[in-house]
Amino acid sequence: MDLAVLWAFIIAFAVIAYVILDGFDLGTGILFPLLGRHENRDTAMNTVAPIWDGNETWLVLGGGGLFAVFPLAYAIIMPAIYAPLIAMLLALIFRGVAFEFRFKTVRGRWMWDVSFFVGSIVAAFSQGIALGTLVQGIDIEGRAYAGGWFDWMTPFSLMTGVAVVVGYALLGATWLVMKTEGELHDIARRYAWISAIGTMVLIGVVSLWMPFMEDEFYLRWFTFPQIFYVAPVPILVALATFSLFQSLATGKEIRPFLSALAIFVLSFAGLGITFYPDIIPPHVTIWEAAAPDSSLMFLLVGASVLIPLILAYTAYSYWVFRGKVREGEGYHH
Amino acid sequence: MFEGFDPVTLARFQFAFTISFHIIFPAFTIGLASFLAVLEGLWLATGRSVYIETFNYWIKIFALSFGMGVVSGIVMSYQFGTNWSVFSDKTGPILGPMMGYEVLSAFFLEAGFLGIMLFGRKRVGDKLHFAATVVVAIGTLFSAFWILSVNSWMQTPAGFGYNAAGQFVPEDWWAIIFNPSFPYRLLHMVLAAYLTTAFIVGAVGAFHLLRDRTNQSARTMFSMALWMATIVAPIQIVAGDLHGTNTLEHQPAKIAAIEGHFETNSEGPMPLTLFGIPNMEEGRTDYAVNVPYLGSLILTHSLDGEVQGLNAFPREDWPNSTVIFWTFRVMVGIGFAMLGIGLWSLFKRYRGSLYDSPWLQRAMIAMGPMGFVAVICGWVTTEMGRQPFTVFGLLRTFESHSPIAAEAVGTSLVAFIVVYFVLFGAGTFYIMRLMSKLPSPAEDDTPDHHPTRSAGITPAFSLEGRNEPEPAE
Repeated sequence: MDLAVLWAFIIAFAVIAYVILDGFDLGTGILFPLLGRHENRDTAMNTVAPIWDGNETWLVLGGGGLFAVFPLAYAIIMPAIYAPLIAMLLALIFRGVAFEFRFKTVRGRWMWDVSFFVGSIVAAFSQGIALGTLVQGIDIEGRAYAGGWFDWMTPFSLMTGVAVVVGYALLGATWLVMKTEGELHDIARRYAWISAIGTMVLIGVVSLWMPFMEDEFYLRWFTFPQIFYVAPVPILVALATFSLFQSLATGKEIRPFLSALAIFVLSFAGLGITFYPDIIPPHVTIWEAAAPDSSLMFLLVGASVLIPLILAYTAYSYWVFRGKVREGEGYHH
Repeated sequence: MFEGFDPVTLARFQFAFTISFHIIFPAFTIGLASFLAVLEGLWLATGRSVYIETFNYWIKIFALSFGMGVVSGIVMSYQFGTNWSVFSDKTGPILGPMMGYEVLSAFFLEAGFLGIMLFGRKRVGDKLHFAATVVVAIGTLFSAFWILSVNSWMQTPAGFGYNAAGQFVPEDWWAIIFNPSFPYRLLHMVLAAYLTTAFIVGAVGAFHLLRDRTNQSARTMFSMALWMATIVAPIQIVAGDLHGTNTLEHQPAKIAAIEGHFETNSEGPMPLTLFGIPNMEEGRTDYAVNVPYLGSLILTHSLDGEVQGLNAFPREDWPNSTVIFWTFRVMVGIGFAMLGIGLWSLFKRYRGSLYDSPWLQRAMIAMGPMGFVAVICGWVTTEMGRQPFTVFGLLRTFESHSPIAAEAVGTSLVAFIVVYFVLFGAGTFYIMRLMSKLPSPAEDDTPDHHPTRSAGITPAFSLEGRNEPEPAE
């Protein structure tokens, strides 16, 4: 396998790792105003407090990795999504500081509750818009972005923005179902239902809309014999969806979260199938965007050792903080 | 709203603003992480409760600062692309992998163990907790290693070629990473981070000693900080001198601008201009106060060494002498003031009255935030001194920026300014409030005063007897 393709998979892995990991903690923030008493919000926040920082590091790997191995794609995409990206960065600051600030004040706590909620929802919405922008295509001239700073704003990108918000809410709700008990658990289960229905509807809309945006997308999904190779993705999505609803209905604790993760991973795989081998469809392929082999090789040596190591200690950290988080037992230092 | 503005100037201002805010947090947390590791190590080794009290006092401040460092840092990792896309395209093959290594070897390490360091003591036990603290401290240093290598390559590029697309491409990674200015810059910055933290810690100790000079924790902070100042400030001055000599070799125009030195001293020794106003229009330094010979002596380590003046370089290659002449002097002045504090404390130690010296303590409080001022002035000096290039001598700043209209950059710049001042202002307020609390043995979250809520599900360990010295293991 050539290095550019290998790196495309590694970057895709970093992005999906980010989406599912920060997805559930952003989702926790999106549900924040709906969780009832402030003690519930404390507990919800404490389920993610020890791990959110690691989760967000995958975003830095996604961006930094793109810069390293596909610098041309990085240089074209970032200006194209300038406004939503800056909004996302600012939103992540609002929610990131809330983890600490919230526990430093009683009178001002409401401010950091708002900051956490608004930051989470704006970050999720911006990420959805960024995704929609990439799917609908961006203007390129030579080696640079050639559009304006509001080109991203279309009905499609706004819809993908909403889809990501609802999808993250599902991840957050099922995460809370898994990590909490009592009143908060029940509230989370209720929102898991609502967001699950919303997510499935929106995935349906995006899936039906996308193939008609670009001829290549259509050919990828609906021509013979291609259709046989790609068919497993929608079939598995259907199975994961069944598992999600069934486990929610039967009061399972962990399976709803795992099913939601599966739905995200499969949708992401579907996106990958749609894009491949373009990194900025339909203009730039992964080979055109790739840095020279000497760059790819140099970073690959480190990545092949360090990424497994990262996964190992990340897993250890999740293991240390395993189990239900109970009310009042703040992890707080 | 921003029609009259130049997008490149706005983008430069945005980068300068966001990175200046950002550097405050790493400069503090690099030093603080090491300080915390030392405190926890001393506690485990000696069992003296003062160390863990001091640890518990500072870890709350660390958590706040680290959180702000993380979120302001994510901005940096995307801003190369949003505002400097041509630079990103051209330098990506070289700088990208180095930043990739920073993420993989440093950011994940810090983030992965930070949770355990902040919340996990009862779940993993004291020894593993100490290991997590050490790992976080090492992570901060790895991060400094890579990002300073990246910055140094922009100052003194080496080990590269070009490809057909006009990108810089790597030819010799060793030469790229260990480019000529890197070792000096790394040493200078890490020492700066340690000194900055030492003066904050010392100032907090001094503040509490003035109210209660028997407070054990405050004494520990004050004394440890002053040892740091006494030992590291002179090393830093030597490191700075080496860094300057290296800059003279590779970026002579920067040195000429720093010194307000316009005419090459081909006839005789170069004086050191202590103060003056570099006049870029006329190509001379007005109102100069000169010390004869000293310029040659400092820069060339000989009495009459020749140093090129700015007039020897084409005008379009000049950095802004008026600004960096002054930022450099502020940084150096603070360095020598730190040295003075260190020597003063040594004298007081010799007299046995370190904790009974209110004037030394007041001076320490006044010097507390000065490390930050020095760090920012130092970075302004070296970064503005690199102008008008992003990659020194090879890629000009006005050729590096993104095709983004002035109104977009202007809007984001205003948003950054407002959000940073409000949020990081609030963070600073909470940190100051934590610092104003007297450190006490009854520190609410000390392990000794907390119910062991997770008993039964974690590896068992004992907190009893923590306050007594333990036999060596």
